[in-house]
Amino acid sequence: MVSVQLTVNGQVRQLEIDPRQSLLDLLRETLDLTGTKKGCDQGQCGACTVLVDGRRVVSCLTLAVMKDGASITTIEGMAKEDGTLHPLQQAFIDHDAFQCGYCTPGQICSAAGLIAEGKAKTAAEIRELMSGNICRCGAYSNIVAAIQQAMGQS
Amino acid sequence: MISFEYSRSDNVADAVRQIAASPAARFVAGGTNLVDLMKMDVERPAKLIDISRLPLDKVEETPGGGLRIGALVRNSDLAYHPLVEQRFPVLSSAILAGASQQLRNMATTGGNLLQRTRCAYFYDIATPCNKREPGSGCSAIGGLNRMNAILGTSDACIAVHPSDMCVALAVLEAKVHVTGPRGERIIAFADFHRLPADTPQRDANLDADELVTSIELPPRGFATNYTYLKIRDRLSYAFALVSVAVGLELEGGVIKEARFALGGVAHKPWRNTRAEAALRDRAASEAGFAEAADLVLGEAKGFEHNMFKIELARRAIVRALSQAARGMPQSQSNKKIA
Repeated sequence: MVSVQLTVNGQVRQLEIDPRQSLLDLLRETLDLTGTKKGCDQGQCGACTVLVDGRRVVSCLTLAVMKDGASITTIEGMAKEDGTLHPLQQAFIDHDAFQCGYCTPGQICSAAGLIAEGKAKTAAEIRELMSGNICRCGAYSNIVAAIQQAMGQS
Repeated sequence: MISFEYSRSDNVADAVRQIAASPAARFVAGGTNLVDLMKMDVERPAKLIDISRLPLDKVEETPGGGLRIGALVRNSDLAYHPLVEQRFPVLSSAILAGASQQLRNMATTGGNLLQRTRCAYFYDIATPCNKREPGSGCSAIGGLNRMNAILGTSDACIAVHPSDMCVALAVLEAKVHVTGPRGERIIAFADFHRLPADTPQRDANLDADELVTSIELPPRGFATNYTYLKIRDRLSYAFALVSVAVGLELEGGVIKEARFALGGVAHKPWRNTRAEAALRDRAASEAGFAEAADLVLGEAKGFEHNMFKIELARRAIVRALSQAARGMPQSQSNKKIA
């Protein structure tokens, strides 16, 4: 076991972890933050996307032990403390940007990373830079509309 | 995933000492490929040496207009680096054609070079694979080989190198700086990756105890006439069936320097200097591009499911050379082929 310190959604956590544990499994199984979803567990679907030090990554291919000292933001950390939804969360509701919802936490974290990067301006650029997040329900056009709405607000 | 020992290193000399002391150890940085392979039990290292904190994360200018890219520079940081966008746009374009932004945020420059093939049989430990288990046989040759190689194959292996970035680095004639217990050395990009021959388990001419420290780009960047054209099964986030990186220098419509490399067709980024030479000192024309493509593909050999790649590559070469000559590189967001 290895000792690591992570700041998860603003809260400092001191943890003893097995080096094999992915950040995804750490979040879900150790910290009980089950908003982050396990889809393929192989970096191909994006359902497990979280922000590490403000940048979007797939938590399934991230060994938690390597992120000692990092700051992690998951879907649970997106809304304000008073419960006000993040503009992306509100936009996903406004645009009906999901059906089953399984990919949604990853979509929203990924979109937050995309907006912070500031590289996507057009719908085509949003589609390209969101291509790491698969939606098997096929809500893509509404997801793009939701992201455009949130981009307009930020 | 098997249990492994974990250690960190914060300087290059220490990292080299650690790997020399543990022959069954592997370096890990971005982890996007190695961790995946460990989950599949394809890679079973006894120890991981975490090099993600080594001070190799800078892009520096070299005298004369080149760049030296630290091995730990993230793929996304490299693609969007202003000097790469300005002077080496083919590299920026190729990186953005590969993987997803999440993976590009994790993956490093050095790791991109050393990623393993995505041949389905390499990943499936229930099947024979000479790359994974030397001497066990190649399941792809008589199997589902749609994604496999058409150039430089051997009876032992028909896997392809999956990188987009490396195809651009081949065109730019990058140099790979490595260090190890026997000192530092510089490897020309064309000599870095290997063809499978009878040792497909070795992807690169890098010893197990050596560490890639940086990638050097010589000044010639082909910033005006370049393209990276990638043909794949879906518009984004898929490995190449065929890709072509091109860098041209033109003077009054005449090609003075021509380089192009193919991805998705061989065990390494594929260049054919004879085909490049045939383009030089001639006017840029589709007929000339087709001749160059024929020179490359004359030696191609397809398998049951990937014969189509030969004609696809031929057309992709002509199209990519035309894009570069016209100064209209392929966009990586608007997917209509330019």
